[in-house]
Amino acid sequence: MAAMDDRPVIAEFADVHRHYVMGKNVVKALNGVSVQVRKGDYLAIMGRSGSGKSTMLNILGGLDRPTSGAYRVGGRDVSKLNDDDLSDVRGREIGFIFQSFNLIPQLTVLENLEVPLFYQGRVGAESRKKAEYLAGRVGLSGRLEHKPMELSGGQQQRVAIARALMNDPLFLLADEATGNLDSNTEKEILDLFDDLRPDGVTIVIVTHNPKVAERADHTLWLKDGQVEKLVDNRAAARDGDVP
Amino acid sequence: MIRDSMRMVTLGLKSLMLHKLRSSLTTAGILFGVASVIAMLAVGEGASQETLDQYRAMGVSNVLIRSTKPEETQQTSSTSSSWSILGYGLTYAEADRIQNLLPQATVVRVREFQRGLMHGENWASKMIVGTEVAFLDVANLRIKEGRWLTELDQQHQANVCVLGASIAKALFPLENPLGQTVLAGVEDRFEVVGVLDTQGRAASPNGFTLDECVYVPMSSSRRRFGDVVRNPSTNRWESVELHEVKVKLPSSDQVEDAAAVLRFMLQPAHATKGDFEITVPLELLRQEEKQRRMFNLVLAVIASISLLVGGIGIMNVMLATVTERTREIGIRRALGAKKKHIVQQFLVEAGVLSALGGVVGVGLGLIVPEAITYWFGQKTSVMATHVILAFGISAAVGVVFGLYPAWRAANMDPVEALRHE
Repeated sequence: MAAMDDRPVIAEFADVHRHYVMGKNVVKALNGVSVQVRKGDYLAIMGRSGSGKSTMLNILGGLDRPTSGAYRVGGRDVSKLNDDDLSDVRGREIGFIFQSFNLIPQLTVLENLEVPLFYQGRVGAESRKKAEYLAGRVGLSGRLEHKPMELSGGQQQRVAIARALMNDPLFLLADEATGNLDSNTEKEILDLFDDLRPDGVTIVIVTHNPKVAERADHTLWLKDGQVEKLVDNRAAARDGDVP
Repeated sequence: MIRDSMRMVTLGLKSLMLHKLRSSLTTAGILFGVASVIAMLAVGEGASQETLDQYRAMGVSNVLIRSTKPEETQQTSSTSSSWSILGYGLTYAEADRIQNLLPQATVVRVREFQRGLMHGENWASKMIVGTEVAFLDVANLRIKEGRWLTELDQQHQANVCVLGASIAKALFPLENPLGQTVLAGVEDRFEVVGVLDTQGRAASPNGFTLDECVYVPMSSSRRRFGDVVRNPSTNRWESVELHEVKVKLPSSDQVEDAAAVLRFMLQPAHATKGDFEITVPLELLRQEEKQRRMFNLVLAVIASISLLVGGIGIMNVMLATVTERTREIGIRRALGAKKKHIVQQFLVEAGVLSALGGVVGVGLGLIVPEAITYWFGQKTSVMATHVILAFGISAAVGVVFGLYPAWRAANMDPVEALRHE
C-alpha cells in the first residue's frame, strides 16, 4: 500500500461507521474506518475482542451494511444495495473461508465446490472441470466424491479454500481460517495461501493470532472501532521489529 | 433450468436422507391420507354404483305399486279371532282402472305366494309369483333357457312355470330343469318351461330376490291358490287380490306425473287403511345421486382433514429441519444464495416429502380397494379423477405447509445463522 501503488483498489472502506442500538445504548462497533485493499494484497486484520474485527469482517463479506460511510467493492458502492444485489456481490466477488470450514455435510466435495456457482446458474461440465482443477490446486485431487466427514480438518479447510476460489472472487475473506487447526496444519494452510498468491489472489484474513498475521504483507490493528495502526510486516521484519 | 430443478430435487432427497426415519414418518402421514382418500372414494363409488344399478334395473320408466299390510290391524291381530279374514291391498278392478287411466302404459299384475318347492329330494321355501306375459319386459328379465310364459298359458291356466336362476340351481343341481316337474306345496305340480338368467339384484319388498322366485301364469295361480291365503308368518288368513302392480310408462319423463295421478286415484279407496305404497325407481335413483354428491362432499372434507394433519406433520418437520440447518442456511447465504434460493430449497424438500407420500399413497390406494373387493365382496371403483385429485392435493399440501418454514429460513440474518452452533 505504498503511495506509488498503481494496482487497482478492489475493496475500500471510506469512513465506515457501524452502530448497533442495544436498548437505549448505541454501540459504535465501527467508528470511522477507512482502508483500501489492492489487487494482490495480503492483509491481516487484528484486534482484541470488541475491537470491531467481526463487524468489519461482516461488512467486508457483504453480510452486513455500514450505518454510514461507503464500502466499495471493485469500485462500486455496495453499502446501500438490497438483499438480492448484496447476495450477488457475495456470490460473485467474495470468497469466504471460515474458521469451522462450513462445508455442507450431506454434499460431496464436488457438490460443495459447486454451491457458489449453483446460485449463479453456472453448474455444468465447466464447473466440474473447474472443481477438479481447484481440488488439484489445493492438493485434494481424487477426493471429489468424498463427504466432508471423511476428510481431516486440514483437508476440509482446503476444500473450503477451493470453494472460495470457484467463483473467481476479487478477494478471499478468511475468518480465523486456521483457528480450528493444529500448528502443523495451520502452517500448511498458510503455505497454501502463499502458494496461491502468484495466481493474483488477494487475501484478507481476520485473526487474533499474531503468528498468522505476520505471514501477511500488512496488519491492520483495530481498537475500539477505529484503526489503531497499519503495520507493514515486511518492513518490520527487515527492521527486525517483529510485533 | 430443468437440470437445475433436477439438481434441487436430488439435493433435496439427500437432505431428507439425513433423517430417514423422520422423513419416512412424515411421508407416511401423507401416504395414508392419500391412500385412504382414494380407497374411501373407491368404496363409496362402488357402493353407489351398485345401488344405482339396482334402481336402474327396477326400471327408470316404471312405477311400482305394492299392497302393504295395514298398520292398525297388525296391532289388533292378537285380540281378533285368527279365523277372521284380513282383506287389504290392491284389487283386480283397480288394476283395470289404472290401465284405463294410462292407456299407453304397460300394466302388469303380480300375485305372490310363499310355498315349499320340491323336486326329488331337493326342497326350498321360496316365492311363487303369478304374473303376466309383460312381466319379463317390465322387470327387465332375460331368459337363459326354454321360454317365458305366454298368453296361451294364461288362457289355458297352464300348469307351467319359469324358474329364477338360483331356485333352478337349488332344485336341479345336476339335471336340466326343462321339462321337469316342480311340486309346490303338497299337491300343485308345475312343468318347468324356462329358466331365467342370473339377475343378482337385492331382494324385493317381499323378501326374495328375483332369482329365487318361480313364475307361473296369473290365471293358474288364481285357480290353484285362490285369493285367500294363509300368511305363514302370522298364521292368519289374508285376502289380497294383487300384491303388486307394475306400471311401465313409454318414457321416464312421465313417471313422476303418473305416480302423482296414481296416488290421487288410489288414495280415496285406501285412505283409512293406507295399505298401498308407490315406489318410483327414478326418484330413488335421483335421491341416490343426490346422496352420492353429499357423500362425496363429506369424503372431500374428511380427505382435507387427513391431508391437513399430514400437512401439519410436514410443517413441523420442516421447521425442525430449518432450525437444525440454520448454519447451512448461513453458509449458503454467504456463498451467494438469495432469499428466493433458500425458499426454493426448502419448498422443494417439503414438496419431495409430500410427493413421495403421494406416489406411494396412490399405489396403496389402488391396492386397498382391490383387497376390499377380494375379501369382502364389496364392489369398488377407482376413478382416475380421484387419483389425480388425491395426488394433486398431497403435492399442494407440501408446498402450502412448506411455505412458512421456507420463508423463515430465508429471512434469517446470515450473520446470526453463520454463528449458530
